[in-house]
Amino acid sequence: MGTEDTAADSRAGDVALLGKGRTLIARQLRRAPREFAVGGLGTVLFAAMTVVSSYVIGWVTDSILIPSVNKGKVATSTLVGAALAVIGVAVARATGITFRRLGAYHAQFRLQARDRIEITDRYLELPIEWHRRHPTGQLLSNVNEDVESSSWVAAPLPMAFGVTVMLIITAVLLLATDPFLAAIGFSVGPAILISNFFYQRKMRAVVATAQRLRAEVAEIAHESFDAALVVKTLGREDAEVGRFGARSDALRDRMVEVGSIRAVFDPIMEALPNIGVLAVLGVGAWRVDQGVLTPGTLVTFAYLFRLVALPMRVFGWLLGDMPRAVVGMDRVDGVLNEKETTTYGARAPEQRGGAAASADQVGYLYPESEHADLSASRVVAHTRAPSAEQRGIESVTLDVTPGKTVALVGPTGSGKSTIAHLLVRLFDPDRGEIRLDGHGLLELDKPSLSKSVALVFQETFLFNDTVYSNISLGEPIPEATVVAAARLAQADEFITELRDGYDTLVGERGASLSGGQRQRIAIARAIARHPRLLVLDDATSAVDPAVEGAILAGLSELDTTVVIVAYRRSSIVLADEVIYVEDGRAIDRGTHDALYGRLPAYRELIDAYEQQEDA
Amino acid sequence: MSENTPNAGRPGAANTIRRGLSLSPELRRGLPGTIVIALISTAGRVIVPVAVQQILDRGLAGGSVDMGFVGWMIGMGLIAVLITAAATGWMHLRLARVSETALSGLRIRAFRHIHDLSMLHQASEQRGVLVARVTSDVDQISRFMQWAGLMLIVNGGQAILALAVMLVLSVPLGLVVIAMIPLILITMRWFQVRLDVAFLVVREKVGRMLALLAETVVGAPVIRAYGIELRSRERLGEAIEDHRSSAVYAGTFSAAFSGAGEILSALVIAAVLVVGTILAVHGVTSIGTVIAFLFLVQLFVQPVQMLGEAVNEAQTAVAGWRRVLDILDIAPDVSDPGSAGVELPRRAVGARFVDVTFRYPRSGETAANASGPAALEDVSIDIAPRTRVAVVGETGSGKTTFAKLLTRLMDPTGGCVEVGGTDIRSVRFNSLRDRVVMVPQDGMLFQGTIGDNVRMGDPDATNTEIQTQFRRLGLGDWLDELADGLNTHVGERGGALSVGERQLVTLVRAAIADPDLLVLDEATSAVDPATEVRISRALGELTSGRTVVTIAHRMSTAEAADRVLVFDGGRLVEDGTHDELLAIDGVYMRLYGSWQRGATSSAE
Repeated sequence: MGTEDTAADSRAGDVALLGKGRTLIARQLRRAPREFAVGGLGTVLFAAMTVVSSYVIGWVTDSILIPSVNKGKVATSTLVGAALAVIGVAVARATGITFRRLGAYHAQFRLQARDRIEITDRYLELPIEWHRRHPTGQLLSNVNEDVESSSWVAAPLPMAFGVTVMLIITAVLLLATDPFLAAIGFSVGPAILISNFFYQRKMRAVVATAQRLRAEVAEIAHESFDAALVVKTLGREDAEVGRFGARSDALRDRMVEVGSIRAVFDPIMEALPNIGVLAVLGVGAWRVDQGVLTPGTLVTFAYLFRLVALPMRVFGWLLGDMPRAVVGMDRVDGVLNEKETTTYGARAPEQRGGAAASADQVGYLYPESEHADLSASRVVAHTRAPSAEQRGIESVTLDVTPGKTVALVGPTGSGKSTIAHLLVRLFDPDRGEIRLDGHGLLELDKPSLSKSVALVFQETFLFNDTVYSNISLGEPIPEATVVAAARLAQADEFITELRDGYDTLVGERGASLSGGQRQRIAIARAIARHPRLLVLDDATSAVDPAVEGAILAGLSELDTTVVIVAYRRSSIVLADEVIYVEDGRAIDRGTHDALYGRLPAYRELIDAYEQQEDA
Repeated sequence: MSENTPNAGRPGAANTIRRGLSLSPELRRGLPGTIVIALISTAGRVIVPVAVQQILDRGLAGGSVDMGFVGWMIGMGLIAVLITAAATGWMHLRLARVSETALSGLRIRAFRHIHDLSMLHQASEQRGVLVARVTSDVDQISRFMQWAGLMLIVNGGQAILALAVMLVLSVPLGLVVIAMIPLILITMRWFQVRLDVAFLVVREKVGRMLALLAETVVGAPVIRAYGIELRSRERLGEAIEDHRSSAVYAGTFSAAFSGAGEILSALVIAAVLVVGTILAVHGVTSIGTVIAFLFLVQLFVQPVQMLGEAVNEAQTAVAGWRRVLDILDIAPDVSDPGSAGVELPRRAVGARFVDVTFRYPRSGETAANASGPAALEDVSIDIAPRTRVAVVGETGSGKTTFAKLLTRLMDPTGGCVEVGGTDIRSVRFNSLRDRVVMVPQDGMLFQGTIGDNVRMGDPDATNTEIQTQFRRLGLGDWLDELADGLNTHVGERGGALSVGERQLVTLVRAAIADPDLLVLDEATSAVDPATEVRISRALGELTSGRTVVTIAHRMSTAEAADRVLVFDGGRLVEDGTHDELLAIDGVYMRLYGSWQRGATSSAE
């Protein structure tokens, strides 16, 4: 959990936490004012009625119970009055409780929904570069757990407010009634608050450690079961059990520590109110003896002490969950405050047919695999590059003739994918310019950009929706166009064989389909939009070579410029032209035969591909 | 699956608990004592009402205050409060120590057991479930023990004790309270049923919302490239709003439930007041008793309200416990003969299959009496020491099963597998794992350094030995290129290395284990040409002088082998050298043809 405190720095942490906690509360109050107002009103009603209910009990004792017993008879109307008073106060108190909780729920979920919508809005707008800098897991936990923990404050906040009101009323009443009773209240109350505070502070550190250990235990189990084959074949079972057992026992020790902290504080917190009530009884009896108090007042305060003591724990909860909530808020605000955007031009050229694409000394380097943290604390973890394949490009100059099919060929890490992504403006070059029909990509407005270019990704992504929607992506594309696109992508046949044809749900990430089928749907998706420039980034890796050939042949019939990043000799030879890329530069271009003849590096690469294919 | 069926906790809950306790003697010995202490600790909660009653009736009786009695009563009360506080503390200590020790033991035992199960039970799609057995399932029991379970005992004790004290103080007033119990239960049930449904809906909506959130994050590049932000926003907005409104609906019920609980306890109090006053007027009961009842009713109604929640949690915990026990109940079908077993001689070994058949068990069957379709049927073969054998066949032909039987990851349903002339079922595990090593397809690495990972092959290997091994396999230059050398971190699941680099590390790991029989499952994923060259060089070194069985996916491997075994439909159909097999027009010929067309290696 990002910033768990150790016991050592928790004191300094408390001060900072207080400030951040105030900011958090202010922020959330601002974002759901109506809901908090309902909760606040409910809680005040609850607080007032709690005090009133103790007075009713005292009043019943003094004015009904004792006189009736003394007189030896009781009027029915008196009894009905007493019962109605008790029930009436309870109904009012119940109303208070209900509204307090209602307000809390409404506030909590309003805050969550609002933050989630705003965060995903930012996600949808932030540049893809920004997305690449942040691990998927972090972005997901931001919009899920972080949002939840920062909204959590909505539950105890109205309650804490109510308890504060209750404490103030009780304090005033105590002072007004009797200084000796007041003295008891003013010593027991703060004692409960202070022990609560220390309890939470001790607990917080241990619980955070336990939480971390729990994650480690899960991590080891995951890793170990995943590699069960290695564990077995190398006879590593004992070593693994040792490794797992050590963490599990460390977790056990922390949980035992949690138990021993509770063993100290739970009894204290339970005993304090009881001691208070006993003191009220003793001192109260003495004051009744002196004639200062009535037995009813004694009963009132004994009752009130009980009712007030329990909800005082809410301050502990508020304090206990505050650190997590504050971290959550920091992360949520971190995303909401991200200023980066992609701006689009205003040009919307009306053009048909294949587009001419060109790059002029384009350079783009991926940010140094920096994984930025979302919280404002700006923790930045450097990890080793996930793979050497993402360096970017140095300086690429190329142009693609309208209507032709061009293959980008080069060794791993040479920058082919980067060029593919830049061509559709998934991100913008550091240097140089990409042009479509002579217009800079930056000048185009968003609709014409999405209409003109389409990229099919190396890794297919399908939405959890029907096959049809995965091709149309919800746009009003005529059915005939969708089917024609599927046919061209060699997908129509298997789609119609699916249980519900085009209406078949593909499952999460298209889990019900094979890799090759998913790729063909992704290609159909691109074709259905009639892009003027179609870019395939190794988009047919899981498709049979024969099928791939059919797809490429179909594409060449279209009035579309096609750029493919290819790894198979069979698909490379189908291109009108080949551009050879190495170390982030376009080295040479020409037909496959020409390059094969004159470029040794190209020849080696093609031969290596061929060997792999044969194998 | 059976994972989350709502009633999973119900049938045989008692049976589960009994089984669980017998497996965790710490719990069986420790829990009864803890429960007794817990019940003592609830006694503290009725002290105050009793003190109130005593002081009102005896201390303040008849207009004058008996301060001596009040003082004595307060003193006794304080002593009782302190005793119960001590009991509460002791209970917490004991509970944490007893339950956490037992649960950590259970966790480790389940972990060990899962590793002891054969590959049959470790299918990749089950791994998440297996992890849950040693994590969330056990955590659930722990949470239950520390919170809900504790609450159940303490609150149950409190309610019973409060009722008992009421009946001691006044039987008729106590009966008034008992008469109200059905009303409380019916109201609770009414709310509980609706709450369960409402929260079920919330969980569904959460699932849908999370799926769409994930789609938006993971699919961000596609959404951008196709300009469908608006559609994504609409779909998401709808799911988020659905979740919010369902959660608020459930919350409304829950809030009303709290209010209803309040009114219920007021109804009981009003009834006690009315009846109590009448009884007091007629001298049947005292003023103090009536007042004490007002306190006691609170102590009685509160825990009853919490009962529903605690029972729900108890069901979840028992269900989790049963899932853990169910795993422990699966008998390991491949067992270590232990000290009764024999040791394999340290020399080049051959392998022999005698009429080996393997069937996958249908559900409910063990591997021994499996009657599923045969994955391997009547395979007999003799592999001489130091031969290089390539095993080929289409997916599902039985070649992987062959390798698993050869390394005793599974035992055959019929027939016998021998290594070095000995039935491998009688070979001690540590000897078998020492002499027979399998290198799996995807280089599975553990988080840690390259050195750590290689050392799994031989825990005693020094850095120098590991480096020597790298050089021997011709990987010295690769190691030198790494800034941190052997100390380079491989990342989670080796993710910081490329696929090919991971394979290099696993090859060195196998080399340092120095087996006599090496089983290689050849990788299918494409690797960049430079690494490919390194892999084949290292493989050449690694395999020389050993008996090697390779599940081949590449033609070159089969070509280079001394002998090729061709599997088809679970049977060994052809056996010979590459050239011999090409001479007959059979399965190998066909495979060879499709390899040449490049289809097999690239399709999926």
